[in-house]
Amino acid sequence: MSTPFYVSPQQAMADRAEYARKGIARGRSLVVLQYADGIVFVGENPSRALHKFSEIYDRIGFAAAGKYNEYENLRIGGVRYADLRGYTYDRDDVTARGLANVYAQTLGTIFSSAGEKPYEVELVVAEVGETPDGDQIYRLPHDGSIVDEHGSVAVGGNAEQISTYLDQQHQEGMSLAEGLKLAVKALSRDTNGTQREIPAERLEVAVLDRTRPQARKFKRIVGRQLARLLEEGGAATEAESSAEEESSDGE
Amino acid sequence: MDFLSAHQPEMLPGNRQLPPTQGVIEAPHGTTIVAVTFPGGVVLAGDRRATMGNVIAQRDIEKVFPADEYSAVGIAGTAGLAVEMVKLFQLELEHFEKVEGAQLSLEGKANRLSTMIRSNLGMAMQGLAVVPLFAGFDVDRAKGRIFSYDVTGGRSEEHNFAATGSGSIFARGAMKKLFRDDLSEDEATTLVVQALYDAADDDSATGGPDVARRIYPIVTVITEDGFRRLTDQESSEIARSILERRLEQPDGPRAALL
Repeated sequence: MSTPFYVSPQQAMADRAEYARKGIARGRSLVVLQYADGIVFVGENPSRALHKFSEIYDRIGFAAAGKYNEYENLRIGGVRYADLRGYTYDRDDVTARGLANVYAQTLGTIFSSAGEKPYEVELVVAEVGETPDGDQIYRLPHDGSIVDEHGSVAVGGNAEQISTYLDQQHQEGMSLAEGLKLAVKALSRDTNGTQREIPAERLEVAVLDRTRPQARKFKRIVGRQLARLLEEGGAATEAESSAEEESSDGE
Repeated sequence: MDFLSAHQPEMLPGNRQLPPTQGVIEAPHGTTIVAVTFPGGVVLAGDRRATMGNVIAQRDIEKVFPADEYSAVGIAGTAGLAVEMVKLFQLELEHFEKVEGAQLSLEGKANRLSTMIRSNLGMAMQGLAVVPLFAGFDVDRAKGRIFSYDVTGGRSEEHNFAATGSGSIFARGAMKKLFRDDLSEDEATTLVVQALYDAADDDSATGGPDVARRIYPIVTVITEDGFRRLTDQESSEIARSILERRLEQPDGPRAALL
């Protein structure tokens, strides 16, 4: 019989964190940022079937980077949590804060339980408010901590570099087209600083739009609408007014 | 729902223990719901009255609800149970849509509602029946469809028009005489309000347009663009124009004899 090697708890945790981080870094990055009428999710995703973003509840959206089967599991758990809450109490009683807490608990437990491998995922839970001040964005790294973000957040691959860029460039009250343009620009910056082109078909875009008349504010932006928005953002920083129009008829 | 029944079965309507009762329980009942299809979709409408025996329990109850983007349910029968059933139905459709990333087919939705009504059979035997009318726009076939149910959950698709509730006999008679294949959306909404007026005319449990209190029927339209409920302004205009004509002709428009 062999005696197991002694591994200090610090070392064990550091190893697990390293493992999870590496897994997440293999995935493509995604960006979540606030614009004037809500929150936009932008990511590079060659697959049409496996979504990185999805609706959790009326005002709450979900974004994840990392291993698909693991975050899909968490996503369905979140939808169940939210729907059960809303059915038991009221639709207003489902909040991003509550959901983020549940996710933090789950991720934290899995991260520190010796039996399981840590999840290689990083989540973003966002809730759109009545006004931009009411918007909430939470980032949930693999270890179960919660980071309250403002303005913009990036997760996945070279998240750090993208975040820094976004922090410098992001302004409050951007239109949807401007926000989208900034997000795409941030995502297409390579580690060595060069720009590459991400075609529209490879982009996954969704919004939580507070101006939508329905209770459910989440909406995917695909096909023509996406092309139109990208073009408008590309055609530039021109007149603010045309951009305003665009985001308002984006129902 | 599998999740709900595994974790909190008491939350589901069918799973409650019923105390033994003598006679019929007095609870508010909703009355008449009507639906009619037109080339671009379907219209579902309901009166606003809830009765408890001979008493009017509520004058402005709402009995027509959106089930999801492309369908709606109108409820007749025990109001409390029916409202809960609709709430659960809405939840199920939304939950499915979010988890699977696609909507249920209209048939699927209709079948699901059928199972839910069947699970209420025990209550129905004690006089607490729920009999909804389900209408929706079938995105695959690009047309409006109506499904009616009986207390045991039996589901049948209705063509052109349908009604449920205590005033349904009179409403159906009215719709039979007024229906045409080429109704426009405006004509279809007028038709359902006419039918509800006729139901209220002959059935004491169905409420007509209440001009004094400004309570008018709830009229909803489901088309390719999704569910839309007519605003109070719009439904009051329809009801008022009908009322105006009925002052001259109390029995409403006359159909040709041959």
